[in-house]
Amino acid sequence: MTKGWAIALFLLALGTLASLLIGVIDLSQDEIWQDGEALSILIISRLPRTIAILLTGASMAVAGLIMQMIVANKFVEPMTSGSGQSAALGVLIATFLFPASSLFVKMAIACLVSLAGTAGFLALIRKLPAHQPLMVPLVGLAYGGVIGAIVTFIAFHTELMQYLETWFNGEFSGILQGRYELLWLAGLLTMLAYLTADQFAILGLGKNVSINLGLNYKHITRLGLAIVSLITAMTVVTVGIIPFVGLVVPNIVSRWLGDNLRKTLPITAILGATLVLLSDLVGRIVRHPFEIPVGTIFGITGTCIFLWLLYVPARSKPQKTKPSMSGTAS
Amino acid sequence: MIRLSSVSHQIDGAKILSNISANIPKGQVTALIGPNGAGKSTLLSLIARLQGLEQGSISIDDLDVVTTPSDELARKLAILTQSNSITARLRVRELVAFGRFPHHKGRPNHKDLERIEEAIEQFDLGDLADKFLDEVSGGQRQKAFVAMAYAQDTDYLLLDEPLNNLDMASARNLMRNLTELAAQTGKTIVIVLHEINYAALYANWIMVLKQGQLIANGPAKEILTPQIIADTFGIEVTIHEIDGKTLVMHYG
Ligand SMILES: Nc1ncnc2c1ncn2[C@@H]1O[C@H](COP(=O)(O)OP(=O)(O)OP(=O)(O)O)[C@@H](O)[C@H]1O
Ligand SMILES: [Mg+2]
Repeated sequence: MTKGWAIALFLLALGTLASLLIGVIDLSQDEIWQDGEALSILIISRLPRTIAILLTGASMAVAGLIMQMIVANKFVEPMTSGSGQSAALGVLIATFLFPASSLFVKMAIACLVSLAGTAGFLALIRKLPAHQPLMVPLVGLAYGGVIGAIVTFIAFHTELMQYLETWFNGEFSGILQGRYELLWLAGLLTMLAYLTADQFAILGLGKNVSINLGLNYKHITRLGLAIVSLITAMTVVTVGIIPFVGLVVPNIVSRWLGDNLRKTLPITAILGATLVLLSDLVGRIVRHPFEIPVGTIFGITGTCIFLWLLYVPARSKPQKTKPSMSGTAS
Repeated sequence: MIRLSSVSHQIDGAKILSNISANIPKGQVTALIGPNGAGKSTLLSLIARLQGLEQGSISIDDLDVVTTPSDELARKLAILTQSNSITARLRVRELVAFGRFPHHKGRPNHKDLERIEEAIEQFDLGDLADKFLDEVSGGQRQKAFVAMAYAQDTDYLLLDEPLNNLDMASARNLMRNLTELAAQTGKTIVIVLHEINYAALYANWIMVLKQGQLIANGPAKEILTPQIIADTFGIEVTIHEIDGKTLVMHYG
């Protein structure tokens, strides 16, 4: 376990360093360090971008995990099942009604609409037959698709089409100092999810067990709903929709270590941050000096990992004592 | 004591339980028996506040089930439901450990950890403790859920068909553990059983339900008569005493 942590953190640190150094402008030239340009690039652009990536990856992975616990289904995530599209609808409404409003106002409206959208999804899901688990993600996709179509329709008629790409296809190239700080709030919400990790794990044991263990089922569900919607809204407002992170990352961790969230939620966050960071780096390198949006890269790798998850059965390590990752790592 | 007074329950207008008033004695093993669909699970879930109580009242000692805070009840009463579908992928030990949650609310102390290991021991789960629940057999999973309820260490324990999927020896082990628990620590155990001989051998008290009605409620010896069994299940049985134990012959 400790060795696994060491490897995970090492990868993350390596990725972070690479993210600070790689970009359109080559920081390895000596001259630009002398006139201070390198330092200002780091502070204004590279560092904010890197932090935004880490916060987005970690919080989206955790938001996916929490959503899976509250809807009792492993195949959902907020970006594809209505929360993300609702957040985009919120920004659209804000942009249309109050074009001059601050980022903060836009975010507030996006949060509210995202909350309503996620609550709508939960209400839809409750009516589905319990013995057909694959209905849940399908309904989610359809629901998210409908809201996405409404956003496109409204944007078309209000001549706001040029914004759609920035909301629907998340990317970090536009992140600069002063334009990403909302994501720290998503980070805070992720911490809050960690503090209530036991409760969310118990939700994953079903309603009966939750009540039996004295949980206020309604309250915890609502708290989860709020955490998921707000993290999603903040991400959509700042970087746009990044699909699959919330689906793929929690499923990898679950297959590997299970769902004792007190233990696995931090790992989920770290893996989310690492994978999004790697996707963004790949997007920066492949067609240098042009960039491929992180959502596209993660969409491709995410789909592959997801298919692999579906076809390869879960398997725990043979040794009986303490689980450790040394087997996979060395 | 569990007091039920005038408890009725309906689902979509269909009467599931009608006007049940009964006391379930403290410190005893009570078997709840009756045909499929009689309302046994529904009654247990009402006692354990898993479903909202519509009519009548239920109290456990002096705690009213409807008004007592849920987390307080969780330290008084534990329920194992008939079937459990879980989303979270947990190891056996992790599942059992959640039984202690009502006591420690997220910060287990050494007493909690001891109780968890004891529960694992009691139900022979030692070798399986680090396996995931989706990697063990149906009966082993059932034992893990029973161990979780046991770890909760409440005065009242409601078990809905806990013998499902258990082999002969495990079933006997479970029933013995439960009777010992009641005798030694004064816990009250209510258990839904289909094999009537387990009720005959291990229960002090028997409650009989049929079509949502209370047919009988009393000491085991008084309830286990060919007449009541015929009225409830519609089959003829003979009752024998062998080595001081009651045996209900219902085969053949
Ligand atoms: N969700 C539901 N919707 C409609 N009817 C229900 C529902 N749950 C239970 N019932 C009905 O309530 C009655 C009592 O069900 P319950 O599960 O309490 O029976 P039971 O005595 O536990 O039966 P079994 O021995 O088969 O477990 C049955 O007739 C059943 O059809
Ligand atoms: Mg039942």
